[in-house]
Amino acid sequence: MIRALTLILLCQLVGETVARVLGLPVPGPVLGMGLMLALLAGSARVAAAVVPVGQGILRHLSLLFVPAGVGVVGHVDRLGAEAAWLMVAIVVSTVLAIAAGALAFKLVAWATGAGEERASGGRSGGGSGGG
Amino acid sequence: MGDRAGDRAVADFAEIWSYLARGPLLWLTLTLVAYVVADALSQWAGRAPLANPVLIAVILLGLTLWGTGTSYAVYFEGAQFVHFLLGPATVALAVPLYLEGARLKRAVLPVLAGLVVGSVVAVVSALWIARALGVGPETLAALAPKSTTAPVAIGIAQSLGGSPTLAAVLVLITGMVGAIVVTPLLNALRVRDWRARGLATGVAAHGIGTARAFQVHPQAGAFAGIGMGLNAILTALLAPWVLRAFL
Repeated sequence: MIRALTLILLCQLVGETVARVLGLPVPGPVLGMGLMLALLAGSARVAAAVVPVGQGILRHLSLLFVPAGVGVVGHVDRLGAEAAWLMVAIVVSTVLAIAAGALAFKLVAWATGAGEERASGGRSGGGSGGG
Repeated sequence: MGDRAGDRAVADFAEIWSYLARGPLLWLTLTLVAYVVADALSQWAGRAPLANPVLIAVILLGLTLWGTGTSYAVYFEGAQFVHFLLGPATVALAVPLYLEGARLKRAVLPVLAGLVVGSVVAVVSALWIARALGVGPETLAALAPKSTTAPVAIGIAQSLGGSPTLAAVLVLITGMVGAIVVTPLLNALRVRDWRARGLATGVAAHGIGTARAFQVHPQAGAFAGIGMGLNAILTALLAPWVLRAFL
């Protein structure tokens, strides 16, 4: 557990450092994710240690956005007179982007024969909803 | 007698409160309590899209801060420990990528298609709609990177001349909107492929969308993580060009 956490933090630290030094537009943790992926692929021992800890962190990813979300409540006035228009732009463009992205994926998967993989056992949208 | 005991209890409570409110323990604990309550409500509602745990926890905490007259700075003293974990969690997104590696390799072209289309539509449509509604150029600069993860969006907005705070607010609102609309939207469009659903969500609604995807299906979560990571890079390259075309 401690070794896995140490490795995760080390990857983030290296990522932050490289992003700073090279002035990359990519955030450090995203570079750290790439580095961690290379480590996981390179070593079965790393994978055995990091996989359960990583899954544990990601299981409650939603929690990690709560502090920043509370900050939004205090800054709603920053949206100013344009608030309603910005909400319209965000809602419509998010709907369009999700729909267009998913359909583009589906179309190219079909065209290249990468198949349509379905969750075994049928409908994706029932009960607990879909991704 | 009773009144005096009551007064003392109130005074004691005020003293304990002011002691606790000074340290990080109180707000860290309340952040977790709010999330546990929100997650239980979300589960109880069958993970209905509107019962989003982030949204519920934020509302509960927002009301608590407002009711107790606590500033965000004081709250964040405690909540920063949770906030800090966003970095390690981003690194941990390598785990589902690694586990889904074989499936990802087979889907490189669809992933790239979903990424490019989703990313371009997110930036272009937001700027086009906002400009048509009369939103000014400085606000457009903060809006352009709204679909990408917060640290990247802040950097992009700043380099374009927009307000970093406004950019962060717009990013978080986008994430919550995405997490709420994705399930009914993709059900209506009959997209049943978990890979397509996840990727599109990560591209359009970054980490909050990815959190929603993990809640629903591990494969959707893995592809959402890929979408979020790749879109961080693509938006950084794309947003300045698109914004220039709109000014």
